[in-house]
Amino acid sequence: VQSPATERVAERHTGQGRKRSLRQKLAPWLFVLPFFTLYLLFLAYPAIRVCYLSFTNSDIAGQGHFIGLENYFTLFHDGDFWASVIHTGYFVLLTVVPNTLVGFILALLVVRQKRLRLFVLGCFFLPYILPVSVVYDTATWVLDPNFGIVNLLAGTNISWFQDPALAMPAVAGVTIWWTVGLNMLLFIAGLQNIPQEYYEAAAIDGANRFHRFLSITCPLIWPVASLVLLLQLILQFKIFDQIYLLTVGGPFNSTVVVLLYMYRQGFQQGRGGYAATIALMLVLIIIAVSLIQFRVLRIKRASQ
Amino acid sequence: MKGKRFSILGALCTLFTLAMALAWVFPIYWITVTSLKTEDQTIVVPPSFFPWPPIFDAFVYVLQTSPFIRWYINTIVVSVTVTFFSVLFGLMCGYGLSQLKFVGRNLVYISILVGFMLPFSALAVPLFMMLNQFKLVNTFPGLILPQIVVPLSVIVFKQFFDDVPRDFRDAALIDGANNWRILFRIYLPLNWNITWAMAIVTFIGTWNSFFWPLIITNSTPMLTIPVGMTQIQLAYGVQFAEICATAVLASIPTAAAYILFQKRVTQGVMAVAGIK
Repeated sequence: VQSPATERVAERHTGQGRKRSLRQKLAPWLFVLPFFTLYLLFLAYPAIRVCYLSFTNSDIAGQGHFIGLENYFTLFHDGDFWASVIHTGYFVLLTVVPNTLVGFILALLVVRQKRLRLFVLGCFFLPYILPVSVVYDTATWVLDPNFGIVNLLAGTNISWFQDPALAMPAVAGVTIWWTVGLNMLLFIAGLQNIPQEYYEAAAIDGANRFHRFLSITCPLIWPVASLVLLLQLILQFKIFDQIYLLTVGGPFNSTVVVLLYMYRQGFQQGRGGYAATIALMLVLIIIAVSLIQFRVLRIKRASQ
Repeated sequence: MKGKRFSILGALCTLFTLAMALAWVFPIYWITVTSLKTEDQTIVVPPSFFPWPPIFDAFVYVLQTSPFIRWYINTIVVSVTVTFFSVLFGLMCGYGLSQLKFVGRNLVYISILVGFMLPFSALAVPLFMMLNQFKLVNTFPGLILPQIVVPLSVIVFKQFFDDVPRDFRDAALIDGANNWRILFRIYLPLNWNITWAMAIVTFIGTWNSFFWPLIITNSTPMLTIPVGMTQIQLAYGVQFAEICATAVLASIPTAAAYILFQKRVTQGVMAVAGIK
């Protein structure tokens, strides 16, 4: 927002004349257009096209014609799709709350430290900056059934990613190890924003540590916690990379998640229109669940 | 009495924190150590935790028998280009939306906010079709262009520019500076920390990106490190030292960026999550 005074000063310095003022009107666009053009091309246009594609029987090259709601009917009766929704939901359940909780606990541990602080913070955060393929290599080596250090130390022979009961929890565990550092950082920032005086005042009033934690830390960290929960929820619904690498959807398709199903339908079976329908459903699910969570968390906050 | 109990509890807590931290990085330590063993040493029971002398055979083998160096160059080209343009365009667009008055500004800003909420992976199918039509599959532009569009960096820069006191810009306008000068001589230096933080975070993110390179490339010479290295594992089968060596090589740039600029990385990931 420009103040009138500045406007006048600017005008005086750039001269008047109609041509000049037109140029001045267009000048702001030069700042915005480089990004906005790419945005329209590579984000807005695909977003519109994905909707249109869901009404066509396009192949992955984009060749096809309009078929109305057929993809949606197919999707509705597609057991594999609903199975992938359930697997995604299972993964979300295994990661969203645990990842938030572990992040909070690690933050509580880290903020207590003084001299060791940078070191322990670095240790917990370091996995977050690794590429998913390195996480995959690390997990397969550390958790190898025969020579992996975890099984050696425990004296077991567990094939973490091949056991139908263990595969999804194992992927969730690896995900938490990999990404919890970010949640921890957000919680640390939140904890540091709680004024120290509150704790001192409560201590003078005779509140013990447990009470101070329950009645000061918990309510004041809640806004950060609800932010982390929402970020996590949106993120974990988009699970693809770890599954694609660690379990490839197996064993017996027990870990095929929505995006992996979309990838297989679109890029391996060449069903572009159907894959677009799956993608659109995922977006709708994410929006719906975020809205529900948003409401639930707000109500909780209001009742406190 | 109370003070003593407190300090014992504190010491136990510190000890626990330290143990947790070491356990957390142990897998990273473990792949690094394994990469410095011979293939035979990796499967010796009980395993050696401090192999001495370190052996670099696995690294030599990986570099000689796979297109690892080519993939490295690809990934550097993609990450540096994406970082440069997404920060530059983010700065410019953020400045425009924050400081300049023009018709349609709110529309642009709202559409960028909406774009921020769209999951990129859901757009993969139409994006691939479009780039396929432009013959950009297996090319650098195909890898780079969609990754430059990071609505979040525009939003972050706009928010930071909103906080710059008006007097700076007014004074510069009176001195006859144009907006380009104001952006690059005043707003950028004032927000140097966040710009640097965004650049490092974008670099790490692009270096690590997996989903888009997986879709837009399939010819071996055009792969990036994260996608290419998974092919090495398929090719080697069970060759732990070599797999660990590829993992170590792949992590060097991002790990170095984090260790050198720990504070900036922290600032960057927090800004991206919406906390200044």
